[in-house]
Amino acid sequence: MIAFLLRRLGLALAVAFTVSIFAFALVRLSGDLATTIAGPEATSAQIEQIRIEYGLDRPLWQQFDDWLWHAARFDFGRSFFFREQVANLIAGRLPVTLTLGGLALAFALALALPLGIVAAIRPNSWIDRLALVLSVAGQAMPTFWFGLVLMLVFGVRLRWLPVSGTGTWRHFVLPAVALGYYATPAIMRLTRTGMLDVLGSDYIRTARAKGLRWHTVLLKHALRNAMVPVVALVAVQLGFMLGGSIVIEAVFAMHGLGYLAWESIQRNDFPVVQAIVLILAVFYIGLIFLADLLNAWLDPRLRTP
Amino acid sequence: MHLGTRIGRLTIGALFAGGLLYAPTSFAGKSNDTLVYASDSEPESVSPYHNDVREGVTLARLAWDTLIYRDPRTGEYRPMLATAWKWLDPLTLDVELRQGVGFQNGDKFSADDVVFTFNYVVNPESKVVTKQNVDWIKSAEKRGDYEVRIHLKTPFPAALEYLAGPTPIYPKAYFQKVGGVDGYSRAPIGTGPYKIVSVALGKGVKLERNANYFKDSPRGQPSIGKLEFRVIPDHETQVAELMTGGIDWIWRVPPDQADALKANPKLTVVAGETMRVGYLAFDNEGRADAKSPFKEKRVREAISYAIDRQAMVQNLVKGSSHVMDAFCFPSQFGCQPDAVRKYSYDPAKAKALLAEAGYKDGFDAEIYAYREREYAEAMIGYLRAVGIRAKLNFLKYSALREAQRAGKVPLGFLTWASFSVNDASAMVGVFFKGGDDDFTHDKQIIDWLNAADSSTDPVERKANYAKALGKIAEEAYALPLFSYSSYYAFTSDLQFTPDADEVPRFDLAHWK
Repeated sequence: MIAFLLRRLGLALAVAFTVSIFAFALVRLSGDLATTIAGPEATSAQIEQIRIEYGLDRPLWQQFDDWLWHAARFDFGRSFFFREQVANLIAGRLPVTLTLGGLALAFALALALPLGIVAAIRPNSWIDRLALVLSVAGQAMPTFWFGLVLMLVFGVRLRWLPVSGTGTWRHFVLPAVALGYYATPAIMRLTRTGMLDVLGSDYIRTARAKGLRWHTVLLKHALRNAMVPVVALVAVQLGFMLGGSIVIEAVFAMHGLGYLAWESIQRNDFPVVQAIVLILAVFYIGLIFLADLLNAWLDPRLRTP
Repeated sequence: MHLGTRIGRLTIGALFAGGLLYAPTSFAGKSNDTLVYASDSEPESVSPYHNDVREGVTLARLAWDTLIYRDPRTGEYRPMLATAWKWLDPLTLDVELRQGVGFQNGDKFSADDVVFTFNYVVNPESKVVTKQNVDWIKSAEKRGDYEVRIHLKTPFPAALEYLAGPTPIYPKAYFQKVGGVDGYSRAPIGTGPYKIVSVALGKGVKLERNANYFKDSPRGQPSIGKLEFRVIPDHETQVAELMTGGIDWIWRVPPDQADALKANPKLTVVAGETMRVGYLAFDNEGRADAKSPFKEKRVREAISYAIDRQAMVQNLVKGSSHVMDAFCFPSQFGCQPDAVRKYSYDPAKAKALLAEAGYKDGFDAEIYAYREREYAEAMIGYLRAVGIRAKLNFLKYSALREAQRAGKVPLGFLTWASFSVNDASAMVGVFFKGGDDDFTHDKQIIDWLNAADSSTDPVERKANYAKALGKIAEEAYALPLFSYSSYYAFTSDLQFTPDADEVPRFDLAHWK
């Protein structure tokens, strides 16, 4: 287990390092940083001055090296754009994104798991059809469009929930539904397929033959085994939700990490972009690691290499 | 600044049409004397010299005052924090300051604050972002408790315009007490009609009426009790909030959305012309290609005749935009559209000119653009009609600017907003006075512009601008296209007038 952990950790660090090199290179490729920082109406002399002030005149490898050593100590430097430490900026915005991602995932699970299970128990019934319709719709609708429709219906027309912002828990309902619904189809379909497979297997028949109650069989035997691929998928989906909530955050004016990333990319604010990419990569790696642990607990066969 | 706009707008449009969005009541705004206004971006710092976005300029005009006030409606300069000013020579300006003005924390305003502000902003260590607004200042010197002398680096007749705009005065004692710009941008104060009461990075800013605003201010006394600035990046969301009364005021509404909003009786939609001017830049010197067709005057003239600017204004830009003839915005001092050659839409003449220049079968060209792809595409259509086969190269602004400075742009669709400075030097001076962005280097024009900018005599300045602008149009060194227009939408309870400099003046607004 220790060797497994260490291998995972080493891999995580290598991925984080690679990701930071890519982020660094991509930001540089998208345009001259000094020109962007100086603003639209600056003269060449002003741009040169900014280049020197921000240390952008140094060789690239030197800039990267400098950044990396600081980042290793959680010092991501100062934002080029906001007059603020990058670490503070991220700390201020992370809670919004984590809350949104968590709620969205909770919504997705609450909708997808029961529907997936029921659809598997009663294949080709009306509820299976309904689940299919829901998942096709979820896959087909762009999130921002679904978000807008929710906003128009529940915020503007019915006035049940606030339209945008992050003031109270009520502000999170619509964006969490919009974001979570996107993840629903995949989770639901995988749950259904997994359950169908398991329910047709010999050990379920044996369990039933032993005289165990149906719901015990379903929850203790079938679901536990059907969940192994779902757990891995959910980890990936949560990673998507944290990094991919950019659109939803922009639509609902929720100033979280995703929106900060988008803003920073627009402005070539590379210390912020770099830090966010790194942090999201670390989250992602962490989630996948957690999923591995969870699966090892669910399925003892996975514990031995 | 928004994602997936087209489908979103269509959705909203369809729902409007279905009457789904009819907003029965409005609960923010007039009833609690709070005007909530929204915009899509936020200033990186509330300190006016440390951001270069419109939202920052808006706050700067609300919470701070400048030495001079330019009446936005008449264009006249009037005393604000200064009571009188006098040029000793083109490099020295003496200013007398108003007595009895206080900052919002109760500190008295005096010469120390003015001297501190100007010397602070020209110091490179202050890392001022709006360098072009203060670059002309060399230093400021205290001559008495209420007397200041401003030294200039070079003669700069637009100085008054800058002192009436992007140069708010900071409180010296307070600024130093809070430890410089970082502390100051979290809790800034000025002398202005509104006081900033909270700054939440990424969310917005709250302001309250300054009850002790000085009585003789040319801006009068503010009327609305509280203001709140909210950052809402998405236009559709802004519209939805406006419909529900969650916010009271938005701007930069796209034309199709503006049409839909007009149907709502609770909302007022107005179009305001802006100082942003779109233009075509030609590679006059053949920097992109030594054999560039754009070096030839007749080719540039042909293009000027080929594009139906009036049709573009009516069908694409819409609102209050106008066709521009001179390379400046008409309200700018020195800008004289009537003194220059005008190009009407005449494709036959364009073809004839091209043939005369030896391009009977037209030629291939690349057009570079960074905003309003649809405008660029419309122009490509007009160019094709006369035989110029133009291909669009759409870039980010910084990339386009780099390419242009490196001499790689044969034909560019560009725009310029002159930083809201109401002086022709802020536009024609940037592109034709021999500076970094002069890609023409016409000696005569440079001389005229230098003469215009080193004189403080308005008559002489105007005469020289007329000559310079006249030659630019005669030689077709650039083709001014049209001014931009911006739609504002707000609750019908509000009395608000937009200005061409795109600074929303909520201190002049009031509830009906």
